[in-house]
Amino acid sequence: MIEVNRKGEVWVFAEQEAGHLSDVPLELLSKGRELADQLGVPLAAVLVGNKVRPLCATLAQHGADLVYLAEDGVLSHYQTASYTRVVCDLITAYKPQICLFGATAIGRDLAPTVASAMKCGLTADCTDLQIGDHTDAQTKEHISKLLLQIRPAFGGNIIATIVNPHRWPQMATVREGVMRMTVAEAGRTGKTIKFPVNLAGVDLPTEVLESQRRAKKVNLKGARIIVAGGAGVGSRDQFRLIWDLANILGGAVGGSRAAVDLGYVDHDHQVGQTGTTVRPALYICCGVSGAVQHRAGMQESAKILAINIDKDAPIFGVAHYGIVGDLNEVIPRMIKTIRSGASLSDAVTGASKA
Amino acid sequence: MGYNCVVCVKQVPDTKRITGQAMKEDGTVNRAALPAIFNPEDLNALEEALRVRDQHGGTVTVIAMGLPAACDVLRDSLFRGADRAILITDRRAAASDTLATSYILSCAVRKLKPDLVFCGRQAIDGDTAQVGPQLAEKLGYTLVTYLEELELDGPMARVKRNIGNGYERVRSRLPALFTVMETANHPRPPALLKALKCKKARAPVEIAKAVDGTLGASATPEAKSAETARRCSDMQTQNLLITQWNLDDIEADLGWCGGAGSPTKVNRIQSIVLAGGDYKEFPPTDSGVASLLGELIQDHTIG
Ligand SMILES: Cc1cc2nc3c(=O)[nH]c(=O)nc-3n(C[C@H](O)[C@H](O)[C@H](O)COP(=O)(O)OP(=O)(O)OC[C@H]3O[C@@H](n4cnc5c(N)ncnc54)[C@H](O)[C@@H]3O)c2cc1C
Repeated sequence: MIEVNRKGEVWVFAEQEAGHLSDVPLELLSKGRELADQLGVPLAAVLVGNKVRPLCATLAQHGADLVYLAEDGVLSHYQTASYTRVVCDLITAYKPQICLFGATAIGRDLAPTVASAMKCGLTADCTDLQIGDHTDAQTKEHISKLLLQIRPAFGGNIIATIVNPHRWPQMATVREGVMRMTVAEAGRTGKTIKFPVNLAGVDLPTEVLESQRRAKKVNLKGARIIVAGGAGVGSRDQFRLIWDLANILGGAVGGSRAAVDLGYVDHDHQVGQTGTTVRPALYICCGVSGAVQHRAGMQESAKILAINIDKDAPIFGVAHYGIVGDLNEVIPRMIKTIRSGASLSDAVTGASKA
Repeated sequence: MGYNCVVCVKQVPDTKRITGQAMKEDGTVNRAALPAIFNPEDLNALEEALRVRDQHGGTVTVIAMGLPAACDVLRDSLFRGADRAILITDRRAAASDTLATSYILSCAVRKLKPDLVFCGRQAIDGDTAQVGPQLAEKLGYTLVTYLEELELDGPMARVKRNIGNGYERVRSRLPALFTVMETANHPRPPALLKALKCKKARAPVEIAKAVDGTLGASATPEAKSAETARRCSDMQTQNLLITQWNLDDIEADLGWCGGAGSPTKVNRIQSIVLAGGDYKEFPPTDSGVASLLGELIQDHTIG
């Protein structure tokens, strides 16, 4: 651990694979920028890899004042031992106050290992990060300007705010899509600080033999319209209805975790705290109860239409439009109505008259 | 030669059935109010270890940290074929966050010096996926996360890892800790014969409670502990005693355990109050659906 260091910077781990940055670090830089400004400290990106220097410019354009660049041939593939060593050496040298990681396959391997080695706290899958005060329930000690790490907790109607008051850095992971990426500022530049990599004495216990990555099949984040199904859909076969409605609207298909767990739809489609966070123009959810972990991933959609048989379902609390009814009847009706353009234009005139 | 395996398992509240009533004031879960289950991916971790033993020989020891009720998942593990079960239970371990939990587990695992440690990728109550990696770091074992396939060859493991958008094949040196995905295998069910034998397996804390019940309030503490000791040694000879360790048994430094050892603190717990009834309702009829769609077309949301 490092001691509390009020001058410490805000850091974002700039995860890259084969020289490509994913969206998460850029989203985290947008959030990190806000936090750093509130604290009056610089925002830095930590870039680890091999031949990744060209990415420094992108990181600066997305808000980084500084980029710590750690390059070495050994670092070309992510490996727990080497990356942990480099990140811990950096933290020990520069004592940042906050370190943010994407909750990706790599981030969820690296961040806990770093936290364990540094003996500091880590909060997983935060849905919001703020700067605020903390009073210890027992000692009544009051500490200002801590990182408030906010995440839904058990129960579906609880949001927990976690702090890490004494053992710094304050570390958190955030899922892809949760933080909004601000547009890059073309002219913005930052300073690059080359960090000497010292991996002498670190023997690498793992050798990567093969690595296969496929492009994401589903682009939920980019979809203008999403039709999502939940446990209420009833079966993988019935989920056809969700696909049909999405197809006819030119939208993408989403699912609740229950729908994913039940095998109705693949995990790539999951919306929510442990899935993708989306903000489409229209989010139609069918047979989704609206647990907080689901709402966390969709409640910022511009328009939300909920179709649920239970009029008291929590999903109606975030909906703009609602139909209380059986999705097995409502969805076919919607499809039929959209197909028959005629009745729709009637409806449009009807609506404008109303 | 065989491999000695340790599997870390957790008893978790069945989060699919959590309601607001199950929360205590301080924001922690009132586990007593919830059905408790074997954390699903820990079953995959156990299965992976059992396969190693089936194929190469060796032993499978299961460790659970928690309240005495966690003995249920230990017994379940015995039914499925584990050789030995260990309960780590201690009031001073309460309020441990992932860092303190992994520290306590590391003290216990270190006593066993296994070749391989298996953890489920994550537990369904917190979904943090932190304890496995942190335990590996504390033990100084090679960490291999998201395991889907495992092949052992002497001091090396070949692993297929599921990295979300694809997979990776790696070759890692033992000793190693693996976090196991639910897609790795289909956990074997409890075996009837083992269940018949091991359903009587008990940890000392459970035996003490049973003694309390049979001897009643009038019995002296000495009489109770003598009876407990007698029953424990009886169970031991039948090989039905679940090993029970407290923080002293595993030589844990109390400064790193429980609340004191946990850097993260709860700042605030907020119940979300949904502003209900603010939405525009359409009836589930043809005309209701048509006017809803009409409205969405009008404002260019669709079409
Ligand atoms: C740590 C953690 C992380 C989580 N992350 C996520 C996440 O990322 N995303 C997520 O979605 N969940 C997540 N969850 C799970 C979440 O708590 C809920 O369990 C889940 O969202 C419920 O899914 P559901 O709404 O589809 O199912 P249910 O809650 O079972 O709801 C089904 C709904 O369908 C309705 N229904 C039934 N039949 C019909 C019908 N014929 N017509 C219309 N409606 C019908 C019912 O009225 C009900 O409201 C997480 C949970 C935990 C503990």
